[in-house]
Amino acid sequence: MAWTEKILRVNLTAGTCEAEPLNMEWAQKYLGQRGLATKYLVEEIDPKVDPLSPDNKLIFATGPLTGTCASTSARYSVITKGALTGAIACSNSGGYFGAELKMAGWDMVIFEGKAEKPVYLSIVDDVAELRSAEHLWGRSVWEVEPALKAESGDPQTRVSSIGVAGETGVLYACIVNDLHRAAGRSGVGTVMGSKNLKAITVRGTVGVAVKDPKAFLAATADAKAVLAENAVTGEGLPAFGTQILMNIINESGALPSKNFHDVQFEGAGKIGAEAMAEPRASDGKANLVTKQACFGCTIACGRISQIDKDHFTVVNKPEYWGASGGLEYEAAWALGAATQVDDLECLTYVNFLCNEQGYDPISFGATVGAAMEMFEEGVITTKETGGIELKFGSAEALTQIAELTGKNEGFGAEIGLGSKRLCEKYGRPELSMSVKGQEFPAYDPRGIQGMGLTYATSNRGACHLRSYTVASEILGIPEKTDPLETDGKAGLVKAFQDATAAVDSSGLCLFTTFAWSLDNFAPQIDAACEGEWTAERLAETGERIWNLERQFNLAAGFTGKDDNLPPRLLKEAAKTGPAEGKVSGLDVMLPEYYSLRGWTEDGVPSNQTLERLGV
Amino acid sequence: MKLRIKLYASLTPYLPPGTPKNEAEIDIAEGATVQSVLDGFNMPEGLYKLVLVNGVFIPPEMRLSRTFVEDDVLAVWPPVAGG
Repeated sequence: MAWTEKILRVNLTAGTCEAEPLNMEWAQKYLGQRGLATKYLVEEIDPKVDPLSPDNKLIFATGPLTGTCASTSARYSVITKGALTGAIACSNSGGYFGAELKMAGWDMVIFEGKAEKPVYLSIVDDVAELRSAEHLWGRSVWEVEPALKAESGDPQTRVSSIGVAGETGVLYACIVNDLHRAAGRSGVGTVMGSKNLKAITVRGTVGVAVKDPKAFLAATADAKAVLAENAVTGEGLPAFGTQILMNIINESGALPSKNFHDVQFEGAGKIGAEAMAEPRASDGKANLVTKQACFGCTIACGRISQIDKDHFTVVNKPEYWGASGGLEYEAAWALGAATQVDDLECLTYVNFLCNEQGYDPISFGATVGAAMEMFEEGVITTKETGGIELKFGSAEALTQIAELTGKNEGFGAEIGLGSKRLCEKYGRPELSMSVKGQEFPAYDPRGIQGMGLTYATSNRGACHLRSYTVASEILGIPEKTDPLETDGKAGLVKAFQDATAAVDSSGLCLFTTFAWSLDNFAPQIDAACEGEWTAERLAETGERIWNLERQFNLAAGFTGKDDNLPPRLLKEAAKTGPAEGKVSGLDVMLPEYYSLRGWTEDGVPSNQTLERLGV
Repeated sequence: MKLRIKLYASLTPYLPPGTPKNEAEIDIAEGATVQSVLDGFNMPEGLYKLVLVNGVFIPPEMRLSRTFVEDDVLAVWPPVAGG
């Protein structure tokens, strides 16, 4: 079957690596990856633990279909208590690392304790050992990855690591694999750094077995055909990537700008997919070089780009002249629209820095947006910023702050706190556009009502990847709903949340859901895994996972009062576009959502709900 | 009447020759509908999906009756997604 049924437990305090059997009873209830690792975390840590204490644990988890011949089987997740949020954190990454870990024979790796000195974990099939990383400490992801590949002596070794941001406590540090794929949100890299764990290297030659190979080949071939024949996954995403959204969301009046002061950005046309593909006036070359797929992917949405060598950000810096990952839509929004910087080359450079030093461009850009608003109000001055004129639209300021944040130095150390702590520090907590301490992504809840409920109820803090109702409300997938209406959104959000939790536990990519429903996942999982896996069971598994995450957060100290939005989105109406005059209708949607979930009026899962789901 | 039209992604080549980037101002007849304007660009059926007038989605069944007023903006995309 597709689970390897093997866990690697690494005690960093004791310096030990031990194999243990996977709890198969839990695997049947939580599937894998996000769900199963959350179950382990919930059972093994005190929910009130300080995220950066040795008592927190960090789990790298694959799904049952990771590393198989199913399309998009690259995915792995990192599960922990988030450094940024203090809530359950689960950050998902693609690339090649996850599949390699699975092919080495491991469902997950659980890190506990804290190493006395910097270490990295080396895995070659069933041989795992901790090695000194003292020579790597203080070095970037882009330095560590080639260095560790060289040390391993095998060019096919895959590396997942933190940069200086994770070492030095930037609270939204990422874990980056394959140079530019990241478990990006909630500060999972900060937790890794707090454990003195610099990297994991893995080489896997064992492969992945499935329950019924013949049925699995047929099911995965059928599912690939659906992806290929679908206009979005077969043509739109590979051709234009995620950045195609920039002009769509702007035109729809839901592109937050100037720290959510506005819902449209005049410079959007300069930083989206069309701009990336257009030859530059300066050197005649396009910013976009090519597309790139993760392991096993038949979509290939990833973008690879190159900065103009004469651009002010990279003059005399040849290390940034090569092609690398990005821009993707969320990063382009946060670095650009949120800060009103419309310089595509600058955004590309800052995105490179985020990958190089390992920090989340969404939380970073959104925090810079909040800082810019406070600077323009005079709450923050050049005295605090070290002389940086932190004005909206300043590419120079964005560049300077990004360089400082990657190393957690100067005013960058304050930006590294995230917007919640930063705005509280300067007495303006209402200017943090966040929920549960995590910054919003690229959709304004006034223009896309379902996303307001999505952000407010997301278990890992504000996030678009917990229920991407944009698909329905804007893109018409699977069916078009009105983005300005609150009616029906509670049910839509719940359905998206439950399905997403199941997909995130499978080992496959969420982007397949632009073409697949759970009816397309079920035959693939059923052919690979023991047990009868139907679409209905997957939806119930997702609901179980959602409630388990909720229970963790409640035990950690969150309450229904944290299912809220900043006052700006509830009281300040959108000024332009289709949503002009509208605020978020969260107050209408939230009670209905609690009711549909089988939770009390205070947002607590009822005993009946927990018993029904077996949580 | 003048209408601003924006054709994005794979639809841009259907704009009038010489159009810079993906936005043009065209003359339309009074009473022209969304569908009649779209038909004028000879885009193959199924090539466009998101049809917005002033940012508001116009579903297929309304495109035959929805007309324009001064300063309207028509923006069109093929089937795409992201996130």
